[in-house]
Amino acid sequence: MTRGDHIFRAAREAAWATLVVAGLGFPIIAYRAEPDFNNALMLQARWPLFFEFCLAAFVLRFALALWSGGAAKAVARERIWRKPGWLGPVALAVLVVYPIAIVGALGPQAALKWVDTYGVQILIYVLLGWGLNITVGLAGLLDLGYAAFYAVGAYAYALIAPATGLGFWALLPVCGLLAAFWGFCIGFPVLRLRGDYLAIVTLAFAEIVRIVLINWDVVTHGEAGLFGFPGLNFFGLPFIPGPRGFAAHVGLPFAGVHKPIFLYYLVLVLALAANFVSLRLRRLPLGRAWEALREDEIACRALGLDTANIKLTAFALGAFFAGVAGCLFALRQGFVSPSAFTFSESALILAIVVLGGGGSQLGVAVAAVFLVGASELLRELTFLKSVFGEDFDPAQYRMLLVGLAMVGMMNFRPRGLVSTREPTIRLGPEPAK
Amino acid sequence: MEIFLQQIINGVTLGSIYGLIAIGYTMVYGIIGMVNFAHGDVFMLSAFIALLLLLLLTQMLGLAAAPAFVAAMVASMALTALWNYAIERVAYRRLRSSFRLAPLISAIGMSTFLANFVTVTQGPNNKSIPPMWDDVIKITSGGAYDVTLSYKQILIVAVTGALLAAFWFVVQKTALGRAQRACEQDAKMAALLGVDVNRTVALTFVIGAALAAVAGSLYLLQYGVVKSSDGFVPGVKAFTAAVLGGIGSLPGAVLGGLLIGLIETLWGQYFSSDYKDVAAFSVLAITLIFMPSGLMGRPDVEKV
Repeated sequence: MTRGDHIFRAAREAAWATLVVAGLGFPIIAYRAEPDFNNALMLQARWPLFFEFCLAAFVLRFALALWSGGAAKAVARERIWRKPGWLGPVALAVLVVYPIAIVGALGPQAALKWVDTYGVQILIYVLLGWGLNITVGLAGLLDLGYAAFYAVGAYAYALIAPATGLGFWALLPVCGLLAAFWGFCIGFPVLRLRGDYLAIVTLAFAEIVRIVLINWDVVTHGEAGLFGFPGLNFFGLPFIPGPRGFAAHVGLPFAGVHKPIFLYYLVLVLALAANFVSLRLRRLPLGRAWEALREDEIACRALGLDTANIKLTAFALGAFFAGVAGCLFALRQGFVSPSAFTFSESALILAIVVLGGGGSQLGVAVAAVFLVGASELLRELTFLKSVFGEDFDPAQYRMLLVGLAMVGMMNFRPRGLVSTREPTIRLGPEPAK
Repeated sequence: MEIFLQQIINGVTLGSIYGLIAIGYTMVYGIIGMVNFAHGDVFMLSAFIALLLLLLLTQMLGLAAAPAFVAAMVASMALTALWNYAIERVAYRRLRSSFRLAPLISAIGMSTFLANFVTVTQGPNNKSIPPMWDDVIKITSGGAYDVTLSYKQILIVAVTGALLAAFWFVVQKTALGRAQRACEQDAKMAALLGVDVNRTVALTFVIGAALAAVAGSLYLLQYGVVKSSDGFVPGVKAFTAAVLGGIGSLPGAVLGGLLIGLIETLWGQYFSSDYKDVAAFSVLAITLIFMPSGLMGRPDVEKV
């Protein structure tokens, strides 16, 4: 094939792609319907944007066609990336030093955001990711209702703490156990179901939980949510200014950042505990049974494993960590409402696990940092507002990109970004590297 | 009694719309065995396309409402079909031989993408059009409450019935329908016998999207309002309808749709409208747990 043929063919491919994109974008990108002052919808034309999309489609498809020799080829390369041994300790050291270093570098006021939004929030998602990883990544049960267990933990803390006067040390395990109990209850009826049906039923249960939270006004205060419940304290010392507070007691000047720092270490310890538990469980018969179940349920049963128990423990343990994370969420926000536990929250946590590569602990943590941290960073970049207009909200683009990333991941690297899943068991000596 | 009759009419109308969406779920599940999670969002997208085209035709070209609506619906069918074709090509085709949950996860990603794509391009708010074609027939009058049947409702039910009949003919009598049924039974064998499996699956997605676009346009006509998060709940309800009717079965999908529509409206009337979604979600869970083959489906035997 001559060079001219090649370019002609690429141009033809690109023209087709442009036509398709033009068809896809025609009314939905080219026009926007906005209500005018009479509240009647008026169309705003956005042809420049439309043509930009078409042009982008042409250029990308043309480049791709030239590069791949005119025909799209399936690239099937699974590169094995071995996690170096020093990575774990170094990452741990960075995580431990992080809040202190930030406060030292920026001062207590400016550091607040970095410890709270980037530190605590991301760590809560890491904990959630590691929890869901037990259900989805290890046992292979697709749980689309994970946010419901998260909600159970958050509401459990917000309701029980003011009613009983118990502190969060007592309530942390209670929240986890309550969520685990719910996981057990939801897991029980779905035991017999196949993978995709099971996923849909968990979704239905989670939506029912959310609708009840919205409508059961007497207890949950509906959409308005619950607030004013007791917050965090340092072993009995509240984080308040004045002589009875934590700061005065240890002889530091009062700063708002103390509470997030304490919470940061709390979440860090709990997340590491979750990690430790799932790593150890993988080597126990139970964990091996989970992975066997993921690979082949029928073979599992034929070998005499009790699949009901295996599924229930996976559900309950995953839910336990969601409950703990929910409790921490309530402590961080000081406010819980049903809008924090929608399906898109479940989808985000699922995306963290999927992008992390089911089963890989490090991958899940990296995905959580990337997905949650990146969108918070985008929110910071004010110049984006001047480019995209005042109502630019990166959170919307985050979920858009999360959706695309999930599709891309399933298509190109179904085993995850950092797929370093070591075989849990090996017959014979380890092969040479 | 009057209220009951009125709710039956409303329920059948709503149920017809669910039935049309449910056909898309049931066909795709039948042919490639995946839960097309993004189908509800395709429905929402089609309603948006119809809305924009309707505004375009009435405001820019000055057409009257009725022809503009018909033109918008037909164009929306074509454009939504193109969307679903592209979605199948990009997000699902490569995954047919992947592990079992891969297509579902990809579909969840697609659903998230579509909902947020519409939010980003059209804004998160309700978009409402002025009510059109509001004439009604009074069925009873003089009682405590006049039972009415609007022309719109007649149109919705008639269109659903006609499409189902046409569709039934396609599946039972044409070469495409035969190819579809062959792929449903054994895709590999069908391919060996000269059926173009990729083309058949793509056409299934195209037809499902066209029916969803009819549902989207009729939904817009009946309720007059749509927003970008409207794909999720109607999608799950339509999936419930498909499961209740027996997934894989076309008359089952419409029957399930009607039942879900009736359950939802009657529940909303007699129990609590705040909890009407709970009714549909409970039906979904109960059906899947206790009666996974539905009312008209075949029992699903897992082959090793």
